[in-house]
Amino acid sequence: MHIELRDIRKHFGPVKANDGINLVFEGGRIYGLLGENGAGKSTLMKILSGFQPPDSGEIVIDGQPQRFSSPAEALGKGIGMLYQDPLDIPAFNVKDNYLLGRDRRVILNYKTARAELDEITSRFSFEIDQQATIENLSLGERQQLELTRLLVGGAQFLILDEPTTGISADQKDKLFNSIRKLAWEEGKTIILVSHKLDEVQELCGEAMILRKGKMVGRTPVPCSNEQLVEKMFGQIPLRGERPVYEVGEPVLELQNVRIPTYRLTVENINLTVRAGEIFGLAGLEGSGQQLVLKACAGLVKNDQGRISLAGQDITHWSYQRLRTAGIGYIAAGRLEEGLVAGLTITEHLVLSQPSHKFFIDWASAQKQSEARITQFQVVGRPESLADELSGGNQQRLLFGLLWESLKLILLEHPTRGLDVRSSDWIWEQLYARRNSGTAILFMSSDLDEIIDRSDRIAVFSGGKMSRILDAKTTSVEEVGRLIGGQE
Amino acid sequence: MKSRQWIRWIWPIVPILAALLVTSLLLLLFGASPVTSFDAMLQGAFGDTSKTLSVLAFWVPLLLSATGLLVTFTAGLWNIGIEGQIIMGAIAASWVALKLDAPSAILIPLEILAAMAAGALWAALSAVLKTRGKVHEIFSGLALNNLAIILTNYLISGPWQPPEGGSFRGTEPFQDAALLPLLGESRFSPLSLVIALVAFGMVVVTLRGTLWGLKLKALGKNLRSAFLLGVSSEREMILAMMFCGALAGLGGAVRVLSWFDSLRQSISGGIGFLALLVVMLANYRMFWIPPISFFFSMVLNGAITLQLRTQLHSSLGGILTEMMVLFVVLFGDATKLGIFRKKNDHE
Amino acid sequence: MTMSESQFVLTMASIVFVSMPLIIAVCGEIITERSGIVNLSLDGSMLMAAMTGFVIAYESDNIWAGFLAAMLVGAFFAFIVAFGSIRLRQSQFAIGFVLTLLGDDLSAFLGQNYTRTPGPTVTHFGIPLLKEIPIIGPIFFNQDALVYFTYFLVFFTWFWLFRTQPGLRLRSVGERPEAAFARGVGVNRQRYLYTVIGGALVGLAGAAYSLDVKIGWSDGHIRGMGWIALAIVIFGGWSPIRGALGALLFGATKALASYLQSRFPEVSVVAFNAIPWLLMITVLLLVGSDFTERVILMAPQRMQRPLQRFLRVSPPKALGSTFVED
Repeated sequence: MHIELRDIRKHFGPVKANDGINLVFEGGRIYGLLGENGAGKSTLMKILSGFQPPDSGEIVIDGQPQRFSSPAEALGKGIGMLYQDPLDIPAFNVKDNYLLGRDRRVILNYKTARAELDEITSRFSFEIDQQATIENLSLGERQQLELTRLLVGGAQFLILDEPTTGISADQKDKLFNSIRKLAWEEGKTIILVSHKLDEVQELCGEAMILRKGKMVGRTPVPCSNEQLVEKMFGQIPLRGERPVYEVGEPVLELQNVRIPTYRLTVENINLTVRAGEIFGLAGLEGSGQQLVLKACAGLVKNDQGRISLAGQDITHWSYQRLRTAGIGYIAAGRLEEGLVAGLTITEHLVLSQPSHKFFIDWASAQKQSEARITQFQVVGRPESLADELSGGNQQRLLFGLLWESLKLILLEHPTRGLDVRSSDWIWEQLYARRNSGTAILFMSSDLDEIIDRSDRIAVFSGGKMSRILDAKTTSVEEVGRLIGGQE
Repeated sequence: MKSRQWIRWIWPIVPILAALLVTSLLLLLFGASPVTSFDAMLQGAFGDTSKTLSVLAFWVPLLLSATGLLVTFTAGLWNIGIEGQIIMGAIAASWVALKLDAPSAILIPLEILAAMAAGALWAALSAVLKTRGKVHEIFSGLALNNLAIILTNYLISGPWQPPEGGSFRGTEPFQDAALLPLLGESRFSPLSLVIALVAFGMVVVTLRGTLWGLKLKALGKNLRSAFLLGVSSEREMILAMMFCGALAGLGGAVRVLSWFDSLRQSISGGIGFLALLVVMLANYRMFWIPPISFFFSMVLNGAITLQLRTQLHSSLGGILTEMMVLFVVLFGDATKLGIFRKKNDHE
Repeated sequence: MTMSESQFVLTMASIVFVSMPLIIAVCGEIITERSGIVNLSLDGSMLMAAMTGFVIAYESDNIWAGFLAAMLVGAFFAFIVAFGSIRLRQSQFAIGFVLTLLGDDLSAFLGQNYTRTPGPTVTHFGIPLLKEIPIIGPIFFNQDALVYFTYFLVFFTWFWLFRTQPGLRLRSVGERPEAAFARGVGVNRQRYLYTVIGGALVGLAGAAYSLDVKIGWSDGHIRGMGWIALAIVIFGGWSPIRGALGALLFGATKALASYLQSRFPEVSVVAFNAIPWLLMITVLLLVGSDFTERVILMAPQRMQRPLQRFLRVSPPKALGSTFVED
């Protein structure tokens, strides 16, 4: 299968996500598509897989120009895409999810479904419990299921969007083996969209690099990482030396904490975060690290054990009470959990800051708001609505809303979806906080971030917490093994 | 684009005209002339002083309820239970009026306080069912409305029935001291209008200028984020509902103490639902609430005269107002129709 | 005084009969909500449909014409909700609520010349053989065609939702529209389709009252039933079989209320009228609280999954949201 992209353009308002992209893909090969956040990778792949149409330009398959009105149509022509967050139906069971859109027969044929699933899963040695509901599967299993569905649907050309984010080392190996098998034995074309250079080096034969909506280079891999980084960023970003810190008194202590939920029970959590320390929680999504964070924020309850803040027992305190006690919490979903779409920056500031006045002094609030905007480098005006800001600016605003002096900051995915500059800025802010004695506990699915930014690390797997690692001496491999549940 | 600017200006009245058109067609269907009918309605509203005063008297509880709903709508709550809150207010005021013997100066404030407390408590029930029991306020409100109606029927056919026997129509008339001071022979109490306008002004100031108002706005737009920003969602929600319930209860008191002189079977007369329509039509433009509710009062009062003159069912008044709200809700926002494109249609 | 067996059978048969329109309405609304749209206008559209069905059947002297007209009215009201929320992107709740009030007033106005006139009705016939089965037979199989249709409807709706490809498509649209779109499902087309079909069933339910269960027309004839149907949809966990059971339970409390009234005439009728509404709140409270969740967690590990499947109630995830196809 020979696919050619000719002069693909896609604009979102003033942003040129794809600005005249030309590419050729041959069958039987594995390509890596690289680029930093916002370079236009996702947009290009969404266009190729039929999820959205380009503004102009064409897709040519084996000499025939094609137009897709939906991903299903693209799959009909042999192009399938595996999304980072698999596009399945969490409430369905495995077989229903597999059968949705499978064919036009009215009555569902579970027997065929089972046979087809068995055949493909055994070919790639996937293990999927066919009785399960999708929402009870791990991310890796959901990916395997989607991949199975795409292959049965006739995909000759597979796009994998950040497929290794949040899956175990074991599942990653399985995935890479199946990718090689698909390309080298079955002649399929694979595109790996990733920002992880090592994976591209390991798996691909050729890397294509996007920057600011344009193709900036193609190069055979393996090659040196520096070469790729230079093309991706234009210049090699200087990663600062790990700043020195002074360990202070324990701020947050968890003793034998147990958090039962319907899906997962987290048990035996013992950890201490000291003043001025940055503590990272790694693990697959839903392995329990988020529950621990939320328990510290007073958003879920532990039924056993003790949580204390600077020596004071805070077990079962409410979120609002913990806030006044000096805990700041920033959740992952900015517009879902943190900012209110439709409220202005000033209104956010008035709401979030401690105040007991009945009437609002709008004039002084406006001034404070202007000051914060400058201080936190938010691109916006006091009267800008939160939903008008870009993701990076929303995150800056959230940091601007944190109270002045905090004992502890809890963060979920502090830099998810942000470009390098914004991420570095966020971490500068956090370093400044820790220098003034704030303890920081964060979770992230980005292993590099966990290892580069933390002082100590705990890894979660299936509700269990690993031994605590020293970030200076650990490696990605070690953390990866623990994520997969190996000791 | 510019040549179409004039459409943007006249657009708001298009849904209103459409509603008038549909209502006219209905009248024609029943062999009535729209012109005569609308004239009859207008006569019914402003034909003489007593009719105009009736419009004013009906306007007061409607304005009170709509003002209350402004608070719950801001907090993102669908307070359909307002009907029941009005009724409970009416019942509480009636209880004071029937059971207490005192001069007006004591009786009337007591009646009003009792009514506001009863309305607020009935609303609080709905709110607590939502925050603690996760029962949507639409359903709890509906059930509580019906329970309030059932309670009224029980009272007027049982414990509070007039000496000549329970007739399901109403209690005996209250003592004169219990009634609000009325203007002449009418059912309109100027005092109640003053109270209503003061309440409206208070709500505007509360929503625009206080921290509580801002908290409600945040709650209404995003519960989860508001909570994380430090808004105690449960407390503010219950307070917002109680605030609205108190105003609705006050409206109920005005109904029994000026419009009627006793507790009646259909004491609310659908004022709560009508107030919901008023707030939907105003769509967060606070200062439209008084004129819209006045207009609705005019239409509904006019419809009664229409029925007397033409024998046509008085539900026509309701149809006219509901059609207006329906068309405005559907077509009021011209940008969503694609007639005008927003500048940045994409994210 | 205890109930004799024949009394029991008669009462049960009448519970099935009076619950029938509610079951139809519940099935209709389940179909609609499974596609992700809430048609809140039930109370108003059922009144309109009841009035229209009665008037058309009365004038044409053809009962089936009445049912057809009622279904068209229900479908039209539902279409307004779908169009308003999908095409015009307005609040489904607001549109549904206004339509509720409008349906009430419009039915009162349009039906004003037909109040309290006797009209045509559906004839009862027992199903041979089946009606001979002791107890079951006279309760379930000595009814009328509409009741038999309702049995079929409940089963068919369940089968359609959970055992067919179109049913998968319908549910996927209500659960995760963007995933459904990726599988080639026309999200908004499905939503229009099933909102309108659901609305037609709601219309049928309205006419089932005015032409069968509560024959005739008067102002506010069946006011409140639409709201009860909406509550039963939640109670039934968006499943037609559980929904039908919920509707029967509701019918049973009404029967119980009138039975108790005859047994205890000294207690005011008011107390019994309150039962259904108190039940509605109690049931929604049980569904909404974590009570069921706690029961599931108390059960042994192996039993949790099947129990969860049976007891857990979770609304379609995309219920009430809008989907914009690019």
